[in-house]
Formats: sequence, C-alpha cells, structure tokens
Amino acid sequence: MTPRKRLMGVGATLLAGSLVLSACGGGDTGETEGDSEAIITVGSGEPQNGLIPAMTNEVFGGLVVRNIFSGLVYYDENGAVQNEVAESIESDDNVTWTITIEDGWTFTDGTPVTAQSFVDAWNWGAYGPNAANLTYFYEPIEGYDEVQIPVDKDGEPTGEDPEAETMSGLEVVSDTEFVVTLKQPESDFPVRLGYAAFFPVPESFMDDPEAFGESPVSNGPYTMTEWEHDSAITIEANPDYAGDRVPENGGIEFLAYTDEDSQYNDLLANNLDIVTNVPASAFATFEDELGDRAVNQPAAVTQVINVPEYVEDFQGEAGLLRRQAISMAIDREGITETVYDGARTPARDFTNPVIAGWSEDIPGSEFTEYNPEEAAALWQEAEDMDPLGDDFTLFIASNADSDHQSWIDPACNTIRQALEIECEFDQYPVFDEFLDARDNREIKGVFRGGWQADYPAMSNFLSPIYGKNAGSNDMDYVSEDFEAKMKEGNAAETPEEATELYKEAQEILFQDMPGIPLWYYNTTAGYAETVDNVAFGWDSDPILYQVTKSE
Amino acid sequence: MLWYIGRRLLQVIPVFLGATLLIYGMVFLRPGDPVAALGGERGLPEAVQDQIREQFHLNEPFFVQYLYFLKGIFTFDLGPDFSGRPVAETIANAFPVTFQLAIMALVIETVFGIGFGLIAGMRKGKFFDSTVLVWTLLLIAVPTFVLGFVAQIIFGVQLGWLPVTAGRDPDFESLLMPAMVLAGTSMAYILRLTRTSVAENLTADHVRTARAKGLSRGKVTNRHVLRNSLIPVVTFIGADLGNLMAGSIVTEGIFNINGVGGTLFQSITRGENVTVVAIATILVLVYIAANLFVDLLYAVLDPRIRYA
Repeated sequence: MTPRKRLMGVGATLLAGSLVLSACGGGDTGETEGDSEAIITVGSGEPQNGLIPAMTNEVFGGLVVRNIFSGLVYYDENGAVQNEVAESIESDDNVTWTITIEDGWTFTDGTPVTAQSFVDAWNWGAYGPNAANLTYFYEPIEGYDEVQIPVDKDGEPTGEDPEAETMSGLEVVSDTEFVVTLKQPESDFPVRLGYAAFFPVPESFMDDPEAFGESPVSNGPYTMTEWEHDSAITIEANPDYAGDRVPENGGIEFLAYTDEDSQYNDLLANNLDIVTNVPASAFATFEDELGDRAVNQPAAVTQVINVPEYVEDFQGEAGLLRRQAISMAIDREGITETVYDGARTPARDFTNPVIAGWSEDIPGSEFTEYNPEEAAALWQEAEDMDPLGDDFTLFIASNADSDHQSWIDPACNTIRQALEIECEFDQYPVFDEFLDARDNREIKGVFRGGWQADYPAMSNFLSPIYGKNAGSNDMDYVSEDFEAKMKEGNAAETPEEATELYKEAQEILFQDMPGIPLWYYNTTAGYAETVDNVAFGWDSDPILYQVTKSE
Repeated sequence: MLWYIGRRLLQVIPVFLGATLLIYGMVFLRPGDPVAALGGERGLPEAVQDQIREQFHLNEPFFVQYLYFLKGIFTFDLGPDFSGRPVAETIANAFPVTFQLAIMALVIETVFGIGFGLIAGMRKGKFFDSTVLVWTLLLIAVPTFVLGFVAQIIFGVQLGWLPVTAGRDPDFESLLMPAMVLAGTSMAYILRLTRTSVAENLTADHVRTARAKGLSRGKVTNRHVLRNSLIPVVTFIGADLGNLMAGSIVTEGIFNINGVGGTLFQSITRGENVTVVAIATILVLVYIAANLFVDLLYAVLDPRIRYA
C-alpha cells in the first residue's frame, strides 16, 4: 500500500507546487510619477528582426526604430519634411547631393554622429551579402550594383564576392559633410531620407551587427532600455538628444499583442494607453465607444487589383476593355461603407490623398466609378472581339492569412451581377505562398496588391510597382511612355512641376490599366482616458514624443 | 514495475524519431517559400535569397535537412531562426507560461469535474444532476473563442474583477480567467464521464457487498465507487494535458499570453520549420509522458491491474 500512496502524494504536491509558483511575480506596470517621468504604453507586437535600421521593414520594429533613431530629416504630422540631423541637403541637378549635418549630435554610447556614421550605415545596408531587408532603397545610388552578389546570366550566384565593398556614390568630405551621387536625377531624394534605411549607425555597429540588433546604440529622442522578447520593448527619453522631437514623457512601453481584439479590450478598460490599429470587428462601434479619443483619418495605404500581362484573357484590345469593365463593375462605395464602415475610402487614382499633389480627377479616373451598365457594355464589346464564353471565371488571388475574404467576396458579387460572369477568391493559405505564385508568374487571373508609402512622395506609389523590372512589378507591365514620364518627373526642377508630370504618368496607367485602384485605407486608432496630446502622423504612426499622461 | 517503466521509456525513442520525421515531412511539403516573404511586398534580391537558403540548408534534399535538424536536437543547438534569434530561446520563452496555464486548467477541470460529477452521479435524475447536465451541454456547445471573449468583456472590461489580458509577466490572478476558459470544455467532459461512471458503479456487485458488510456510506463511496469510477476519467485527463498545451492557441490569443500556441502559429505562417518541428516534438513527448503516468495510475486505482 505505501508505495502507491506515495505516488499519489507526489502528484498532489506537484500540482500544488505549480500553483504556488505561479502566484508570485508579475504586478502592474509602473505608477505615474509626475508627467515627464510617465511611461506610455502602446499596443504593438514582436519585431521580426533585430533593431537594425536597414533591416526593419515591418510595422512593429519600424515603430521602435523611428523613435530611437534620428535621420537626416523627419516627417511632421502632415508628412512635410523637416531637417533633424541635417543642416542642409542641396543639389543643382538632382544627381549630386551635398549633405551637411549639424554639430553636437551623439549616439547613446557617447560617440559623435558624423558624416561617416551615415555613409557606413548605407554601405552596410547596400552590401548584398548582409541581406538587409531595405537594400532596395540604396539602388538609386551610384555604385549600388557593384556591391551586390554577382550573378551569371541565368540569375544564379557565381559564388564570388561583390566587386566592391562600398558604393562609389558616397563620399565623406569632412566630419559634417558628405556627397551622394545618384545614377540619375531624383527630385524627391531628400524626401526619402527620413526613412529607416537612411538612419546613421555608430562605429560599434560594424563590430557585431547582431548584438547591436538586440540592444541598439542610437541617436534619437529615445533610447532602448529593455527588450523582453515576445512581450515588451521599453524605450526611455534620451537626455542627450539634440533635435526637435523632444519627448514630453519619460518613455514608451511597446506591448506585444497577438490579437487586435484583446488589445482593444485592454484599451477600453484603460489598461493600455494607445492602440494603433482598431480591429475590424470594432469599426462600426469604436467612434461611439471612444468618442473624441477615436482616430479615423486617411492613411498612406492604397489597395489595388493588379492585372498580370501574362494572362491571355487580359491581353490586347479586348483585354483592355475587360480591365475597364472589371474596374467599373466593382461597387467601391458600397463595399467601403458596408464592409469597412467608412474606414476605407474609394480610390480615384494610383497614389494616395495623404500625399501632396494628390488629385481626384486625373483623366481616366472615371473608370473607378461604379457603373454596371457601362461595365456590361464594355465586357460585351470585348466578347464580340475575342469571346471567352459564358463559363469564364475571374479569379482574384490573395493570401488568406489576413482578412481579405471580407472584401473579395462582395467585390466578386458586384462583378458577377454586372458582367454575368463567374468570379472567385483564389486563396493562398499564407502570404509567402501568394508571393511565390506572383514571383513565378503562376497567377490565374488578377491579384491583390497593396502599397504602404515608405516616404510621402507620389513617385513612391508609382515606380516601385509599375516601373520596368521594379521590385513589386509582378505584372511584368512595361510602358516606355510611363518610364519617360517618370524620368521627367524625377528630374523636374520644382516639386509642383514634378507633381504635374507624375499625374500625367498616372494618366498613362489609366490608359493601360496594369492595376485597378480600389480604395485608400484609414488610420483607425484610439487612446485611453489616461493620455492626452495623441496625434497620428501621415504614416499611421502615433507621434509618441508629444504624448502626455493625464493625471 | 521498474522493468515495465524502463520498457515504456525505451518506446519513446522510435516514437520520437517517427514523430519528428512525420512532422518534418509535413512542414517540408508546405508550399510557398518563406525566404521570399522576408523582404515583405518588395522581396529581397534573388542572390540574397539564395544566400539565406544556403545558410538554412533549404536547398538541400529532404533527408539532409532532417539530419541537420536531428543534429541540432542532439547537440542542443537548433541554430537561429530567420530573424537571427536562437530557436531554443524562442521555445524556452514560450513553454513555461503555457505549462503553467495548462496545469492550472487541469487542476480546475479535475477538481470541479470530478467533484460535481460525483455528486451528480450519486443523485442521478435529481434536480442538481439535471441542472449540471444542461450547463455542461452548454459548455461543450459554445466554442472557446466565444466563451473567452464574452468572459473577457464581462469580467475584465465591464466588471473589472480580473485583468483583461495577461500580457507581460503573467501572474496567478491574470491567468485565472484564461485557465477557466481553457478548462471549460474538458471540465464538462470530465463531469459527464465521472457522473456516468459513478452511476454505473453504484449498482455494481462489489459495492452492494461493501454496503452489506455495513461499511459507512463515505467509505463505500471513496474506496469502492470513486476509485473504480476514476479509470476512464484519469485516461481522459492524461490525454488532456497534451491537448491543453497544444490547444491553448485560441485562449492564448484572446488573453494575450505569449505561449506555445501563438509561437507555433507564427512559426507556421513564417515558415520557421525548425521551430515548428521542435515545438511539435516537445508536445509529442508531453503526450507520451502523460500517457505513461496515467498507465501507472491505473495500478494504483485498481489493484486488479498489475504490471509484471
């Protein structure tokens, strides 16, 4: 009998022990100790990479990096470019840029921020073998091609090292001055410089980039003090910060959430100060629930349906008519109202209303209006030229691991009704399968494309997607006219002139329809009763240095 | 007895190899290319992608990759994931809190399930029994995510009795609600199993004999009815430990607990094969250990079962 009893006993102690163990630890986050000491909590997530600026291409890491680093310029609330570390950024021809930086900036390890800090960071990001996620940002710089991994004519790596270790287009003149030479004129080059890819790094970064990613040494308004993986990142105000974005609070705690609904519930209970993304389930109610603490403003994200050039049904003159028909068969107003409760805005162009120069009446934009009769007539016209038959099915491809079914289904419905064809959501379970199909040119019909601006410039919505051989041009769209217009726009003397040329470039896109604009996103966010002075910028980021804790 | 345990432990080795091979085969067959997704919408230059594939042996044939994985297991070095973080660290971070949650849920479902089940079984057909049966039916019918969100909104947001989410450094209090939600369905099953089993055993011969001998009611219930009735219940509870750990993905998401569920889900969507297989393997081992423990408990509960 005794051994059996003991066995039972052990089990019981184990269970009880685990309960006792779990009863300790934890506790609430810090009480506020006056205003400038207060820590603001923000709902976020675990970054996908170490916090190296040139590696950071997703929202969670980006939010941290933009608050702990200072670049040459920063974007204010309206997306206007303001100098931060830069004294001046000048060019006579939009090719050779002379950049002068202010004296007196330091990294958190005490070393000075010099011209070399920028040049080193950019060279590291551009150097192929480092596999930096933002490497395409350095592409316009002279000598970028020479630091890539050499490939043979089939695109297979030859196994050799890149020809050069640094880009010839970067030249340090003095501690406070360097010169950037571009391959061709880019009038909006200064606008790009506020993006993470162009942030500086200290000398110590080169010794061990990986360790740097775990605990970055930075020069921004805040400095990172703690990173508890998968649960929280804490940044605190940097006393040596020399710029204009001086924190009004003591620091920020980015809390990782896996579920937007529970994040929002924490906000409702005032357990969380700021939520940057209201869940779709609360779109209809959040403005009532939060009152004037709800944020609903245009965001620099545009969703389109892209049409591959390799799909025969959409080629030639009949193909163009079909593109136009599909565009006019989608009830954008209805979908943005019923599915998104107004948290999306029907699109009138390929760029975005947040961007300076945006216009809603570019010739060709009438194709974005819902007009089922006209759509049916266009489709019929195409059928007369080159019949597809009655059993034609339009496939709209997308990944199914985030919520796209909710708009593809109703879009298919309005297309079915207007054109009397079949329409289906062509699902790819996870994002990388969808990317794979796009990269390998295996899409059966049309596919979802979404674009969030990297920097507030019109060209950023055009070249990377519709430019010849551009990184995201999975449609294989090539138009010499479009290329020429973009080139002209990039070389324009003034921003106004550039805007006009970019609009003309969009006119060409409307004529060819390599993509069908759907809608612009809104920033749907909110904050709790515990904080004041919360504003969201053009890029949907909360402007954290201004936030104050209310007593 | 020791001989039996030793033999059972030896069985772990083929099960371990078979399970890892199977799971590795499944993740290997998953379509898509995680490396292509690393650069987001833009993608990385082709040559850079090749370099990364090289680094993670993704260009190698299936068996070579699998052997690399085994090597990682036996040298206690699973290497880094795509973000450069050691896989072992990710896993070590995820398991403790999930284990804690699972044990809490297990205690809750065992105590309440067996307790109420015993009462219901003893008073079969009476008011308490019917009420409990209706409640358990409800618990089984309502999906976990509904139960979780409703509990979160009522007890967390509106009444403020318990923390809305567990989040950072979860303590006992913040894990209480998720543990109850996680335990809900299993508790209902345990309750119904116990009730049926007890009701059946009440009419068994040995119980009648015990009563006839003049044993007190309590003694009869504890020693003769409950002990025999627990065999199917214990079987269920043993299998449930693994279920609780693997199945907590929904509950962990709702209450923002950074445990195995969320890690596994993210690893699958990001194509972090090594992490996926390692976590799944640990879960398999948990199942095996729980099963062994249950088999040993049989002998304690029912003296007629002996392992020679």
